[in-house]
Amino acid sequence: MASVKTLILRAPGTNCDMETAFAFEQAGSQVDIAHVYELIRRQKILSDYQIMVIPGGFTYGDDISAGKILANELRLKLGEEIQQFVDDGRLILGICNGFQVLVKAGILAAATAEINHTLTLAGNDSGRFECRWVYLRVNETSPCIFTRGIRSMYLPVAHGEGKIVAAPGTLNITLSYSDEIGNIEAGYPYNPNGSIDNIAGICDASGRIFALMPHPERFIRWTQHPRWTREPRKEYGDGFHIFSNAVNWVKTI
Amino acid sequence: MFRIAVSVKDELPDPRGAGLLKDIRDLGITTVERARVSDIYLLEGIISQAEIGRLCKELLADPVVQEYSIADAPPPHGEHAHVIEVAYNPGVMDPVEESVIKGIRDLGITTVDSVKTAKRYFLWGELSEQAFQTISDKLLVNTVIQHIVTKSETASLPSTSYDFSLESIDLQSLDDEALIELSKNRLWLNLSEMKRIQGYFSQLGRDPTDIELETLAQTWSEHCVHKTFKSKIKLGKLVIDNLLKSTIIRVTEELDKPWCLSVFRDNAGVIDLDGHYAICFKVETHNHPSAVEPYGGAATGIGGVIRDPLGTGLGAKPILNTDVFCFGPPDFPYQSLPPGVLHPRRIFKGVRAGVADYANRLGIPTLNGAILFDERYVANPLVFCGTIGLLPKSMSQQGQQQPGDLVVLVGGNTGRDGIHGVTFASGELTADSEAISSSSVQIGNPIIEKKLIDVLLKARDRGLYRRVTDCGGGGLSSAVGEMAEDTGVRVYLERVPLKYSGLSYSEIWISESQERMVLAAPPSTVNQLIDLCTSEDVTATVIGEFTNDRRLQLFYDGNLVGDLEMDFLHHGLPQLEREALWEPPQHAEPDFSDNSDPPDLHRDLLRILSSWNVCSKEWVIRQYDHEVQGGSVLKPLVGANNDGPGDAAIIQPILDSDIGIIVSNGINPKYGDIDPYWMAASAIDEALRQVIAVGGNLNKVALLDNFCWGNPEKPDRLGSLVRAAQACYDIALIYETPFISGKDSFYNEYEAGEDSVCIPPTLLISAVAVMEHVEQAISMDCKQKGDLIYIIGTTHDELGGSHYYGIHGFVGNSVPKVDPKKGKRLMDALSTATAKSLVRACHDLSEGGLGVAAAEMAFAGELGMVIQLEKVPLGNLSSGNIRDDIVLFSESNTRFLVEIAPEDTHQFEEMMTGVDCAAIGEVIGTKKLEVFGLSGESVLSATLSELKEAWQKPLRW
Repeated sequence: MASVKTLILRAPGTNCDMETAFAFEQAGSQVDIAHVYELIRRQKILSDYQIMVIPGGFTYGDDISAGKILANELRLKLGEEIQQFVDDGRLILGICNGFQVLVKAGILAAATAEINHTLTLAGNDSGRFECRWVYLRVNETSPCIFTRGIRSMYLPVAHGEGKIVAAPGTLNITLSYSDEIGNIEAGYPYNPNGSIDNIAGICDASGRIFALMPHPERFIRWTQHPRWTREPRKEYGDGFHIFSNAVNWVKTI
Repeated sequence: MFRIAVSVKDELPDPRGAGLLKDIRDLGITTVERARVSDIYLLEGIISQAEIGRLCKELLADPVVQEYSIADAPPPHGEHAHVIEVAYNPGVMDPVEESVIKGIRDLGITTVDSVKTAKRYFLWGELSEQAFQTISDKLLVNTVIQHIVTKSETASLPSTSYDFSLESIDLQSLDDEALIELSKNRLWLNLSEMKRIQGYFSQLGRDPTDIELETLAQTWSEHCVHKTFKSKIKLGKLVIDNLLKSTIIRVTEELDKPWCLSVFRDNAGVIDLDGHYAICFKVETHNHPSAVEPYGGAATGIGGVIRDPLGTGLGAKPILNTDVFCFGPPDFPYQSLPPGVLHPRRIFKGVRAGVADYANRLGIPTLNGAILFDERYVANPLVFCGTIGLLPKSMSQQGQQQPGDLVVLVGGNTGRDGIHGVTFASGELTADSEAISSSSVQIGNPIIEKKLIDVLLKARDRGLYRRVTDCGGGGLSSAVGEMAEDTGVRVYLERVPLKYSGLSYSEIWISESQERMVLAAPPSTVNQLIDLCTSEDVTATVIGEFTNDRRLQLFYDGNLVGDLEMDFLHHGLPQLEREALWEPPQHAEPDFSDNSDPPDLHRDLLRILSSWNVCSKEWVIRQYDHEVQGGSVLKPLVGANNDGPGDAAIIQPILDSDIGIIVSNGINPKYGDIDPYWMAASAIDEALRQVIAVGGNLNKVALLDNFCWGNPEKPDRLGSLVRAAQACYDIALIYETPFISGKDSFYNEYEAGEDSVCIPPTLLISAVAVMEHVEQAISMDCKQKGDLIYIIGTTHDELGGSHYYGIHGFVGNSVPKVDPKKGKRLMDALSTATAKSLVRACHDLSEGGLGVAAAEMAFAGELGMVIQLEKVPLGNLSSGNIRDDIVLFSESNTRFLVEIAPEDTHQFEEMMTGVDCAAIGEVIGTKKLEVFGLSGESVLSATLSELKEAWQKPLRW
């Protein structure tokens, strides 16, 4: 079995790189955390990896708008390499700030245009950064590789700009915010940001590029659950399966 | 010059505008119907129309939700809306500006020279000139850092030319009065200190230069050397030579714990974690800057304390923040505000935002804290920020440079930021403070600090430097001056990278610009160090070299501008001699014998739950990221709905190890109004109770002290300080919990004419404990119907300073005391039981006593509870004093409520032998709290929803 290599892309203000690396290591991947400048200087080569991850954080302070500056940097300085990576059928995961970057760089919906003009992530309806745990329902018809076999998850969000704005019906919905019993119309705070159609995560048509606002890397071990002191124990946190799905899929190709 | 305005599209909601509208309504102005906010970018440079269009479309505006317009002047007042545009004052740097420049260069546009940001506010609705002015003053503009834009401004920096000329000060001819005058508002030194300096230079036969005087003032400031704590204090017949050494440090020395690795020496105290790793902890205050500019003051407060672990040993990774704030009441009447003072609500919101924006961006979880309110904090809010760092044990000792090693300044550029911040912190605030101190406040740039942390830890692991320290209060003067105490140093000030030109050599030396660290690197690795920093876009500059002559020598463009002996700089300060006075105050006692107003326990419990101190802080907590780094095991909000008040926080600092760290805080200034001794004792007890309540033990607990007091030159202030410090020694010694670090902030007084309003003496005790296995953690929420509720500890008639007396308008005198010998036995017994997993839930009793603790456990667990007051073990209650309200609301220390499964009660009671412990109730399925009084009758029956609503409502902002 070939070893799986994951690249976690770091930029000024990235701050979830370590725990995301831990999650991929637990799932059986080798992991390199590389600075975007190392890729731009070709000290690290994207094609050496099968999975690329843009983790959470506040890249460049999220100044101007969340993820915007890193998005432009990737689009203008690494656009060809990333396109090649996608064309080679490899996996891309964007978590939180990574979601914002993938969208604003046009990587997630690359088919539409150089810059996507119909999809963005805007400020939460509450006007506030919010850190809270959310229930997620997985769209079982989604082609997404990362969510295979998962029906629901409970994960934390922590963001100020997570409201998905898009033309209706244009997205491959993978994850929806819901209440405890899977009802996706439960409203705030179940949908913590006011996303259209209660969308929490989307993927591209191939299912190989996946982006979500919640943080699966923050729920790998059971003791990360906010109520682990009062609920029956599970072997893995819900987020773990996202990473193991990715690593296992790469092993099969 | 181009002015670009970016706004949310008209047809879409603008959350920032909605937030502003809410704040306007909170001011009592109800006629504004709608508010919106635009971002303004001023760009200077030679830019084509096509380029402008491109950078608007691709960078500044999000085409899906925003629109932009380009104009060359600010708009006149709109016909339909009131418009106000607010920009930062010259020299106040908005971090966004740097990011915009980077973003523009990434687009391939290289001709933009400078960028400045502003905000434009649009208000619709009937608005008088006066109401508009109120909104502008109270919400939109803080003249300390901002101004209203009235004309076209430039985007360029306030650069001016600087012509070197050496400034000497003629000290020899000055008499006492003139020395005091020179010191006032600039050096903040007293006469004997000024005379010591005068004598030193007289011996040298020359006048000091300005930079030498500034260096001495910084190094000898209260902020840097804690001279009050080290002074000779006379209290009655008692003479205390160095309060710090005879109390706080003495505990640590006498306990002599082998796991204390570095205490009172480095930027943070260090203890062993697991034999391979160590943790360090520091808590600091940033009070005065937060009073003047809450957002920037608090942001740079948290930014500063984060650099303490980073500058401890060879550098620690910051892994957790804890914040404690003391504000005036949010409903304080506007018309009662003293001149020059911001409203508590504005300070609260600004501080919260400043801390959250900085810590969230750095990816450090804010896991624990407290917020307290008192009218005496209106003019002097307190902002405590603390950070824990993780580092390899082998790197836990402070490094030592060799002569010939280079002084490397790493991180942000230097501007006129925070000049005289340290000396500013050593004086009282007045109505003029705003004007005098405007250069003392900056807004901070978290991304520069994040880059600095990332690259520094890499350099540490590669062994590229020998020593590190942070550049904080006192700037380079303190950082380099302290580092070089045992060697000597030469610094070339013109090499320091500047934000803008025009700084004098003195300003460069004492600037407190944030996000800077100083390293000592050997010549053999300095190039690798600089290359590494450059590769991550972090500025690193060699600004001098360490010597072996024990002199501080400062140069500017080849001129020697300062030359001081290290011995005089660090040991020349004369010891202060101060008088202290302690007279116990007498407060009125409430008289409950009058039965015309019988106690209504139901009403009073709801009132206490709704009090500012006790009520839920969820609105604040959710705006902090408390999950980042993935290590949060016990979060600030716990229970069935993730909204109950957790006692202490637990993190797992190494993701593949089960070892945990517990962090807690103890603080209760209300007790200090009666006796600061028992206030300090109670704060220690509270911090330790929380450690025990979450499943920890006392085996490896370290404490931090943070004293915030008034003017220590006033004997009564100093007397209460002595009382508090003595308790720290007495109590911590018996609990066997050493202090590892601490800090003090004095002069928290506001002078208004003849009067002076002093904060209540406020001691924050922070505890950090090592937990062998995180799965031993216990949360405070009730878990299971049918479980028994025990109270552990003794309830006394101790309602002095309690919330119960508070809501009835009294302070009283029966302050809660601590019996540390009994307390230690109790905590040891309880922690043995929690380690055996016999305890399902545990909550410590603090503000509001048994009533509040029971209510919180019940509504957090969504399970009801019945308790019987007649079963509560009582202490000193004489028979005439046994009353339901006393038992329910006494705030006696060292007490816990615990939930035990019926099958475990026998074993549990056995383990509690020798400790006051009684089963007083049960967890029930009905969602209510039912209390039976001493007579056996029901005295309180409340639904969980009304209790929780009372607790959640006040701060649901």
